[in-house]
Amino acid sequence: MEAYLVAIAIVALIYVLLALGLTLQYGFTGLINFGHVGFFAIGAYTSAILAMNGLPLVLSFAAGTIVAGLAAWPIGLIALRLRDDYFAIVTLGFSETVRLVITSEKWLTNGVQGIPAIPRMFAGISVGSLASFAVLAVLLVVTIVAILGMGRIVKSPFGRIIEAIRDNEDAVKALGKDPARFKVQVLILGSGLAGLAGAFYAHYITYIVPDQFIPLVTFYVWMAIIIGGVGRVSGAVVGTVLLMVLLEGSRFIRDVMPFISDVEMASVRLGVIGLLLILFTIYRPQGLMGDFTRR
Amino acid sequence: MSLQITDIRKAFGGFQALDGVTLTVGEGQLVGLIGPNGAGKSTLFSVVSGFIEADTGEVRFKGADLGRQSPAARARKGLLRTFQVPREFSHLTVRDNLKAAAPGQTGEGLVGLFLRPGEVARQEVEITAKADEVIAFLRLGPVADLPSGRLSGGQKKLLELGRALMVEPSLILLDEPFAGVNPVLIEELVERIRELNARGIGFLIIEHDLQALTRLVPILHVMDRGRILASGTPGEVLEDPKVREAYLGGAA
Repeated sequence: MEAYLVAIAIVALIYVLLALGLTLQYGFTGLINFGHVGFFAIGAYTSAILAMNGLPLVLSFAAGTIVAGLAAWPIGLIALRLRDDYFAIVTLGFSETVRLVITSEKWLTNGVQGIPAIPRMFAGISVGSLASFAVLAVLLVVTIVAILGMGRIVKSPFGRIIEAIRDNEDAVKALGKDPARFKVQVLILGSGLAGLAGAFYAHYITYIVPDQFIPLVTFYVWMAIIIGGVGRVSGAVVGTVLLMVLLEGSRFIRDVMPFISDVEMASVRLGVIGLLLILFTIYRPQGLMGDFTRR
Repeated sequence: MSLQITDIRKAFGGFQALDGVTLTVGEGQLVGLIGPNGAGKSTLFSVVSGFIEADTGEVRFKGADLGRQSPAARARKGLLRTFQVPREFSHLTVRDNLKAAAPGQTGEGLVGLFLRPGEVARQEVEITAKADEVIAFLRLGPVADLPSGRLSGGQKKLLELGRALMVEPSLILLDEPFAGVNPVLIEELVERIRELNARGIGFLIIEHDLQALTRLVPILHVMDRGRILASGTPGEVLEDPKVREAYLGGAA
């Protein structure tokens, strides 16, 4: 049970990193990024491939973060000239393109067979649960640093201007500032975070295949921030934790309702989350954390 | 000459919104622009501020051709505009709306934000002081810490003007500053515009409230169907039979 909880905590924190990136992009800047998983995948594959070739994990993690961030740059330059809804489609297309590329380029990614036996973090610590705790500790520190960094950013002049862009882009232009410049930076930053999350994921799961990087991952992150409250750093954390509790906790529904089969269970889970999203948009559109911390 | 608009034409499909508009605003002048709905006044503002590209014609500001410069580039040169429907940053407080408009902030770059925190903090103090000056000038004190989305229509108009003031403007294009504003506040606004003008800021003002406008501006242009119909002092212009016909909508 303890190992199970640690495992869930690790996955939850990886999702918190993803949610923080999306919160910066959508919650604060209004960028509708439907391709978040693409940057997650780039981070995971970059770090995994480099580590398989002997690069120390510290460097492969950094590379995963940077490559994912840089991948957002051209997307930003092209797509930010589009209207919001087109931008959403372009990013969704981008993440699916990433998945097709890692599926097809077997020489690099081993295609659908995926990359097995990715080096673990703390491989030196042989005791299984201790190593997991160490991973959890590192991830926790990284997440806290990310949260503090985000907090600093959103309360800064940079945070002020990206919120202004979200509220009215034309007015920002009329005041002599170029929204595209800020949006590209936000896109790179959020995608870098997704890449870092991807690196943690790859080296924790130790086996990645293209099918782990489907759009559903992006939408899980969206669900998390909608439940938590989109314009709040705390919303990203609370929403993600709640989503994980729901996703994982629903496993235990079968203990009380054994008549539900495994296949049905997957549907029940999504049904529960779907219902929750509907209830939230009707009764608490600002999310759980919305308004509490309103400045 | 501060602003020189020469023979601007703009068509939307088959509709000729601007049909050869020529107009100038001298350094520090107060100029009014009136005309019936659909005359092309707001379209002209959008062309001058760079939000819409004209088909032909030229806009010069302080002697230089603005060409295809972006709205942001024009604003940085001191050519500001407000919007007919206020575009406040609704989730930001009034003070933050003003602070967001301040130019040259080191803390708006991620590098500067993390590497030069001292400079960022110092600028914040300056910008806050400047924002508070504007707040006092526009009598927005009581609502300074409210999210701007909660302001009344008139207060939002004041905020639009206030944000433009943060950018050190030399000419402000005001799009219907008095529309939806209560009469007491209109008096305030007229007074404020006069004071700003006395400091050397020029204004080109679109307005339907002729009573308020004619008290404010010494020069008035009338637009109709994408052209300048008449120009002169408010007295001359309003006596012009062509203007009367355009306004009364006489069967042409």
